[in-house]
Amino acid sequence: MMADGNENNLMDGSPVLVIGVGNAYRGDDAAGLIAASNIREKNLPGVKVVEESGEGAALMELWKEQDAVILFDSLRSGSEPGTIQRFRAGAQPVPKDIFHYSTHLFGVAEAVELARALDRLPPHLIIYGIKGRNFSMGPELSPEVEEAVPEAVRLAMEDIRILQSPERPGPN
Amino acid sequence: MSKTLKVDYLARVEGEGGLLVRVKDDKIAEVKLKIFEPPRFFEALLRGRKYSEAPDITARICGICPVAYQITAVRALEGAFGIAVGEQIRALRRLIHLGEWIESHALHVYMLHAPDFLGYEDSIQMAKDYPDVVQRGLQLKKVGNEVVAAVGGREIHPINVRVGGFYRLPEGRELFPLVKRLEWAREAALETVRWVAAFPFPQFERDYTFVALRHPQEYPVNEGRIVSNKGLDISADRYDDHFVEEHVPYSNALQSALKEGGEYLVGPLARYNLNYNRLSGAAREAAQSAGLAGICRNPFKGIIVRAVETLYACDESLRIISNYKVPRMLHAAEVRPRANTGYACTEAPRGVLYHRYRIDDDGDIVDAKIVPPTAQNQKSIESDLREFVSRNLNQPEEKLVWQCEQTVRNYDPCISCATHLLKPSVVRE
Repeated sequence: MMADGNENNLMDGSPVLVIGVGNAYRGDDAAGLIAASNIREKNLPGVKVVEESGEGAALMELWKEQDAVILFDSLRSGSEPGTIQRFRAGAQPVPKDIFHYSTHLFGVAEAVELARALDRLPPHLIIYGIKGRNFSMGPELSPEVEEAVPEAVRLAMEDIRILQSPERPGPN
Repeated sequence: MSKTLKVDYLARVEGEGGLLVRVKDDKIAEVKLKIFEPPRFFEALLRGRKYSEAPDITARICGICPVAYQITAVRALEGAFGIAVGEQIRALRRLIHLGEWIESHALHVYMLHAPDFLGYEDSIQMAKDYPDVVQRGLQLKKVGNEVVAAVGGREIHPINVRVGGFYRLPEGRELFPLVKRLEWAREAALETVRWVAAFPFPQFERDYTFVALRHPQEYPVNEGRIVSNKGLDISADRYDDHFVEEHVPYSNALQSALKEGGEYLVGPLARYNLNYNRLSGAAREAAQSAGLAGICRNPFKGIIVRAVETLYACDESLRIISNYKVPRMLHAAEVRPRANTGYACTEAPRGVLYHRYRIDDDGDIVDAKIVPPTAQNQKSIESDLREFVSRNLNQPEEKLVWQCEQTVRNYDPCISCATHLLKPSVVRE
């Protein structure tokens, strides 16, 4: 958390929260969880990784006092399976329909928009959506999604680097 | 007049469903609550698994009421194996269950249902005009989550409940921080009762058959006999003698009925009506000042009952924590599986939840049956819609559709819970 806005805090290891959202037993819905755990394995200083089912109120609570948050979730509709979409939540509304899935009744998009209405969005909230194909029961990822996960992780690593460096941009 | 009211996707419910009301010549021709979320076959998944896996597998049926699934599973299996748990284990189970009530009720009242009464499309729009109210709802929900986490190890899909007891017992000092939080929450719940009591409620009552648990001393949470306002009074092992599940073609969830009397209603309204005199004094007073007498037959006022139950849950949680002593035994000394059938019912936030397990001598599950509240309420939801629309045919269509959705949300249906039940049938020609 950037408690005092002091530029000196923005050095290597300043806090970034990474949230993986999904259900590990619903096919491609696990993509967000896997991406987040890939980041956890890197043991980056200042980077905390948590896994969530995607219930909106819990997400809001989690990011309430965070300065920089990266969230991974699977997408249901839109483009081709394996497509990665990146949203800077402060700068653009999050399309409600693409994140909405049955286990996320009050989900990621609702949490972002509700937090915006309440003026409780983290200054930096970057959301990666990975388009899935198969959301039926089972732990297997579709091949397209399996390929997309490392790419989403690579992009997020670049975000983390910028968020932790003096060149960090202002709040989005 | 003929018209069709159709909602393709119900918003603000858990899971995927729609509804269809067809009116022909001023008469209701057809009412369907359509549940098209794919079935999840949890009962089939349980077959062949160890008895000890049931609490954690069934918890996955729902992200909103996993505790109810866990507690029902452990109680059914303890019944099968002849295990009795001590008073403090029982109290801890009641506490974690109440935590779930608080979080589930707060979520429903503030995020999913209140927008209906205040004319907002969703809680996001409502938050723009009522930020403090929405913050209060979120905080209230969080206190419920904290109770669940303190006893269950984590907020969603807690991992601490096991057949015979717990894997780990919280120390008193782990529960004491909840006292201040729950004291805040009970004030917030009181405010909630006052807030929702002032909503505009449609004049609408039906002569329901209410079904809920009833316990000799307590407001029913995790145990009790199954009773109704029309004479039913049975223990959980008699459930299958009195209730039946049917498959209707347009729903991926089985619909329940009473063998002797058709549709019935479970949930907060049924609990309240059958157990009013078991509420805490403060909860009864709050209900009275909100204009509820001991009996409420208006389903739209279920939102007030949820708020009253939230207040009760805070009071009761505080009582349990103040009396808490770490049990001497973490769990029953030995769980000895034996071939038998176990039954249990609890009160999930949305109403009676029934589990039945047949176990073999090795402790493997041979057969499981799970009936969640939403499956039981489907017929009642359809009847509410039929009645409500036939009494309000002259209203503009847009308003009528709005109120139909509201009628469904009165039940806070959990479609995800309901849709693990479909028995697939193969038609050969």
